[in-house]
Amino acid sequence: MMHQPMKHNRPPMMKRIADASEPYLYSAPALILIVAVMLVPLVVGISYAFRDIQLLNPFSGGFVGLDHFRALGQDQAFYGALRNTLWWTGASVFLQFTFGLILALLLDKPFYGRGLVQALVFLPWAVPSFLAGLNWAWLFNPVIGPLPHWFYALGLMDEPHNILSDPHLAMWGPIAANVWWGIPFFAITLLAALQAIPRDLYEAASIDGAGPVQRFWSITLPFLAPTIAITVLLRTVWISNFADLIVVMTNGGPADRTQIVASYIFTQAFKRLDFGYASAIALVLLALLLVYSMLIVLLRQTMLNKG
Amino acid sequence: MKSRSLLLTGAHRLAILAYVVFALFPLFWLLKVSVTPNDLLYSEGVRMWPSRMTFEHFNFVIAHSAFPTFFKNSLIVSGATAVVVTVLASLSGYALSRFSFRAKYWIVALMLITQMFPLVMLVAPIFKMLSPLGLTNSLTGLVIVYSAFNVPFATFLMQSFFDGIPKDLEEAAMIDGATQFIAFRQIILPLTLPGIAATLGFVFTAAWSELLFALMLISGNDAATFPVGLLTFVSKFSVDFGQMMAAGVLALIPACLFFLLIQRYLVQGLTAGAVKG
Repeated sequence: MMHQPMKHNRPPMMKRIADASEPYLYSAPALILIVAVMLVPLVVGISYAFRDIQLLNPFSGGFVGLDHFRALGQDQAFYGALRNTLWWTGASVFLQFTFGLILALLLDKPFYGRGLVQALVFLPWAVPSFLAGLNWAWLFNPVIGPLPHWFYALGLMDEPHNILSDPHLAMWGPIAANVWWGIPFFAITLLAALQAIPRDLYEAASIDGAGPVQRFWSITLPFLAPTIAITVLLRTVWISNFADLIVVMTNGGPADRTQIVASYIFTQAFKRLDFGYASAIALVLLALLLVYSMLIVLLRQTMLNKG
Repeated sequence: MKSRSLLLTGAHRLAILAYVVFALFPLFWLLKVSVTPNDLLYSEGVRMWPSRMTFEHFNFVIAHSAFPTFFKNSLIVSGATAVVVTVLASLSGYALSRFSFRAKYWIVALMLITQMFPLVMLVAPIFKMLSPLGLTNSLTGLVIVYSAFNVPFATFLMQSFFDGIPKDLEEAAMIDGATQFIAFRQIILPLTLPGIAATLGFVFTAAWSELLFALMLISGNDAATFPVGLLTFVSKFSVDFGQMMAAGVLALIPACLFFLLIQRYLVQGLTAGAVKG
């Protein structure tokens, strides 16, 4: 170890091996689990993209080469799903992050009853996602839910109808549910990062005459930047793969207007039981996400090197 | 100047109130419908509270359905997953936070990749792998799968909490003769309690909500988790909103309880005083 006084010329061989293997011992259990339950099935799943795999058909399993990808190139529903994925992910992440950051900043100020308020506003995160989907689908349902009637009263609708069955508005249903459900995630993460900022910095800046806006830009934001980068990166990928709400609320409809790539894969796999084609779509999605993440990592690396 | 700060305080409280209302309203509605008698469900659809309350939906769900079993199964699966993941993620998060070693870059890359690929892709291969091991239709199988899915994010989470704790603390302990593992266990882990609580909470709620793999891996009622049970219920009694929502309210209870218990640890800045004081 670096700080131990070293009277001998060098530590004994065994000790050096033990020291070198220490980080591997810490990470081994997690790594073994990830490799066995995610990486191996992933590789097997990738091989499915080039094979005819139908779960209930014992005679399937043959190698079909690039047939799935040729079919995919002609698949208009897939291109539609790709566009919907961008819209779904972009709108959800942007709204979740914006409202999450505002909430974190609001909660960073001490006030009476903060503990209780914090518990209440973080509650949606504890709601199982499929239940959140059912819950919101119901709020949008004019027969039982209040929202259409409120929109009607506000003059936003000609008559109280269900936006989930309106092709032009349907996507806002799952997005609303997703924002409601995801704000706490950003708020918790950002609030933890906010509270790790040494308070002395603010005191010092105050003494030097910095106003609240200046303190936000020159202390808060730079300290939050790494947290923001990693949460937005992980969350974007997560949400673009997150089909639960859409499957529960609209099942991709009406007229495929809320079908994202992930829910399209789900449909192919579970309705048509065509795991080969589903895996081919998943592989394309995987490639796109990989490119996206590489870009983000490069960006972050460049920023860190500058700073 | 004073009226301006009063105005700011007012705006702050108002914004907080808006968030609280937004967060609670859907859950309030869930509760409201679960206690609305069937004959009032449609006629009093948009009233804030029914003119007459009933617990018949809860009664039915608890006494005449398999939901108590689903509930127990979900509790076992989520609890076990949360504990397993937190132990593994503390170790790996610590490795990433404190050591620089050759494979670190690759471990981070591997974990990022696992966060990216569509999990739907794994349904068939995992089913085919677990089936000969007798781990389909078993709670153990679900715990293994959920643990693997949650370890990468939990590792990053724990790493960020470890990163927030100054290295001086364990360096001091190691100068005094402690090994790194003892320093980790006796000095760093207790300081990371908020992080551990956050990780437990995140993983528990994630496992409690998972639907896809539970549907795929579990076929009978005996090992069904709550989401599977509720979905079966929805397709069986598709219009019985009252019972559906009563079951939903029950599904909320443990997740919410757990969350309320740990939420104050979530963002506690414990490190603030540790080095200074």
